[in-house]
Amino acid sequence: MTESAAMPSQSISPESAQRKVRISVLRYNPQERGSVPRMQTYELEEADGMTLFIALNEIREKQDASLQFDFVCRAGICGSCAMVINGRPGLACRTLTRSLGSEITLAPLPVFELIADLSVNTGKWMRAMSERLQAWVHMKQIEVDISRLEERMEPELAQKIYELDRCIECGCCVAGCGTARMREDFVGAVGLNKIARFRLDPRDARTDADFYELVGDDSGVFGCMSLLACHDVCPKALPLATQIAFVRRKMAGAGWK
Amino acid sequence: MNVIYTDVLVIGGGLAGLRIGIGAKRRGHDVTILSLVPPKRSHSAAAQGGMQASLGNVVKAMGDNEDVHFEDTVRGSDWGADQRVVRMFVDTAPKAVRELAAWGVPWSRVQKGDRQVIINAQKVTITERDEAHGLVMQRDFGGTKKSRACYVSDGTGHAMLYAMSDQAIAHAITVHERMEALALIHDGSRCYGAVARNLVTGELVAYVAKATAIASGGAGRLYRATTNAVICEGIGTALALETGVAAVANMEAIQFHPTAIFPASILVTEGCRGDGGLLRDAAGKRFMPDYEPEKKELASRDVVARRMEEHIRRGAGVKSRFGEHLWLDITLLGAKHINSNLREVKEICQYFLGIDPIKDWIPVRPAQHYTMGGVRTDHTGGSPTLKGLYAAGEAACWDLHGFNRLGGNSVAETVVGGMIVGEFIADFCDRPESDLQLSTGLIREFLEHEQAKLDALAAGNGSEDANALRARMQEIMTSKVGIFRTGDDLAAAVEELQSLLRRSRNIGLRYTARGANPELVSAYRLPKMLRLALCVAHGALIRTESRGAHFRQDYPRRNDAEWLHRTLATWKNADDTLPTLAREPLDVMQMELPPGWRGYGAKDYVDHPDTPRRAAEVEAIRTKLAGAARAAVQDALMPCATLLPQRFRGPNERIDEPFAPPAAPRQSTSPT
Repeated sequence: MTESAAMPSQSISPESAQRKVRISVLRYNPQERGSVPRMQTYELEEADGMTLFIALNEIREKQDASLQFDFVCRAGICGSCAMVINGRPGLACRTLTRSLGSEITLAPLPVFELIADLSVNTGKWMRAMSERLQAWVHMKQIEVDISRLEERMEPELAQKIYELDRCIECGCCVAGCGTARMREDFVGAVGLNKIARFRLDPRDARTDADFYELVGDDSGVFGCMSLLACHDVCPKALPLATQIAFVRRKMAGAGWK
Repeated sequence: MNVIYTDVLVIGGGLAGLRIGIGAKRRGHDVTILSLVPPKRSHSAAAQGGMQASLGNVVKAMGDNEDVHFEDTVRGSDWGADQRVVRMFVDTAPKAVRELAAWGVPWSRVQKGDRQVIINAQKVTITERDEAHGLVMQRDFGGTKKSRACYVSDGTGHAMLYAMSDQAIAHAITVHERMEALALIHDGSRCYGAVARNLVTGELVAYVAKATAIASGGAGRLYRATTNAVICEGIGTALALETGVAAVANMEAIQFHPTAIFPASILVTEGCRGDGGLLRDAAGKRFMPDYEPEKKELASRDVVARRMEEHIRRGAGVKSRFGEHLWLDITLLGAKHINSNLREVKEICQYFLGIDPIKDWIPVRPAQHYTMGGVRTDHTGGSPTLKGLYAAGEAACWDLHGFNRLGGNSVAETVVGGMIVGEFIADFCDRPESDLQLSTGLIREFLEHEQAKLDALAAGNGSEDANALRARMQEIMTSKVGIFRTGDDLAAAVEELQSLLRRSRNIGLRYTARGANPELVSAYRLPKMLRLALCVAHGALIRTESRGAHFRQDYPRRNDAEWLHRTLATWKNADDTLPTLAREPLDVMQMELPPGWRGYGAKDYVDHPDTPRRAAEVEAIRTKLAGAARAAVQDALMPCATLLPQRFRGPNERIDEPFAPPAAPRQSTSPT
């Protein structure tokens, strides 16, 4: 390995002609008396490397101070900014405007309680789901001696658990789900993925019979119609369809007993 | 009046706040957490690379223990840290990792046998021990002697935050999301809770509590170029400052992370370099060995960030339309490693830069990353001047990090600080002295005062634009209070920030709704942010030396003779435009590790007059106790064994320091 190396042929900011983009937002603020759902269109000059995070903030600063939306990390890791982008749930912060046409349509995620405009209350929904599914490790022993060596785990198993633990609770899977539109109590792919995650975790004392009590009905794994939109829209590319199918097989097995 | 009573009010739902909540709740106290966002969206999730804890599991960590972690941290801090707090921290960090392991964090684990790694741009084979198989895996980070950072792929903070938040739900801890604290309720000597605003409805609520803990994270958004999330505006810290009683400390100590992607300033982890990534310039040359022959890319963050900026100033930066940058090259790590251990990095490159780090170099430039300063607390996390007020994590100046924190020590501090401060809060709430004696009149006054401020803003008579003032503040901070500082720049910054603060009293809103209203939020946060910015800039102006991340070009040497102290800032009157600064000296004679050279960076510094005497004392103690157990030596140098809460005391087991089979006193972790 040499101290100096040739730069790989790459360019970070491909030259592109500046263009105008028109962003249409589904607006409605239930807090505001007289507010009615409507589409509102904003036009702005596209900047290089512009994401929807940058674009929406620019609109709010320069055109319309009342526009509501949620961003936190603006780096694609916190899950705050999921919205329906040109008809498809996705993370706005990491969506480059140049990856979309010059006409962009934004709407809030369906299913979740609307706060205003593009802001929805995913936090409330996720907490309720976590409580309903008891989505935490149910430890085998009440006390663990934390001054002693940690319990061992096979490296591949840790990796497998992390694969499912990567969920950021953004709500895209729920917004894309047919069942969630019909059943208010459906736990969604996010919930079923958590069951798969804790089921895989040897630290969790629960058995399939316990998990069956949580998801062994139509509000759980048997409510899934296998439309697979959850799998398609997951920004973290979690193997949701596979996990739901797996949990369903295990729960069917547990149900027979 | 809308008043909610809770035993413990926690402001901030990230790792530190959640862990405080769990600790207090376990001890039987009622807890309410206020959070701007759902807790799992907190900035804790952004910690990618790892959490420092001296488990000594991997071969490259053999010989690691609390003592080594202690020395690394103190050197990293450039002797600004409270060494007793560092001890409390390093002793508890392994317990924190193990507690989180029990709570479900899928820590990456050691695979016994050979593995290929990149060290100093060379492929090296490391053979992990059989007896380490399945224990928590560790990687190398900057400024440390051993591979100590425990990690979960490169989603460490995410996995920790999710496990912690899940435990908080398991403990049925109340979280009020989208609630923003606007002011602490206090009478000049005792804190009684906070006035908070519902960000959806605009309604004000008074939370009355025996203990109030600020765990609201850092203040990165004082700067234009920052890796911090948009919610990291330092508001919690500012609330303490605005009491006029509680102090904030060392606000001038701001860390810049070497590898923020350019120009969006999104972080790519130090793990990139820890795993063998290199920094290159416009010519493709690896330049760090020229500046730092010993630690190279893995010197502490302040040093690497300064060397990068220095190299750019010498004309070696890559020019782009947004300005200049350098390259981070991880191509040598290979596809397999990047796809499994640096996947978030890969995603960030893909989505925000449109490049593939397996074959492309990553454009990087240092950006604001961490606020070492914060609400000044003693070792219990309590404010020494405002009873009932506590702080932990990045919002606090506990003072673990001094003038520069090591990578992996912040996410560790959130949890360790949360564990320790949570216990001390519970102790406080157990004692009759924590009983509240307050008049509802005081609550009413605070509610009315905050409501009046909001009403005045909504009345919309002002002419200033909050967003414009804020953007100007961020520009001043980035250009004049950044990595390289000079007296002239800092004086100009202080001057203009004061003018912005005066102008912020005349803000007019375009949108005046009293409920959800981002412009209103930005308007009422602005004076808070400006006050903090003034603490940073004024503190930096006054401190005529260079220490850790605070680098004065006109005073490039660390000067222990004059500056071995913390900067305390208080805001005496609401109308002031400058903080009142005071000094809190550090006592060299109490230090376990007297000041010296850090082992990287400048070798040139001015000693404190006590240093030679203390160094001789330390040497004498070490000689006298040669061969004694390291705990005994430590205790003789700086007794602090009784500072920790009882449940976290005692040694930590390692492969090479096994416990006898009959278990040591048991420490419980959690119910469920």
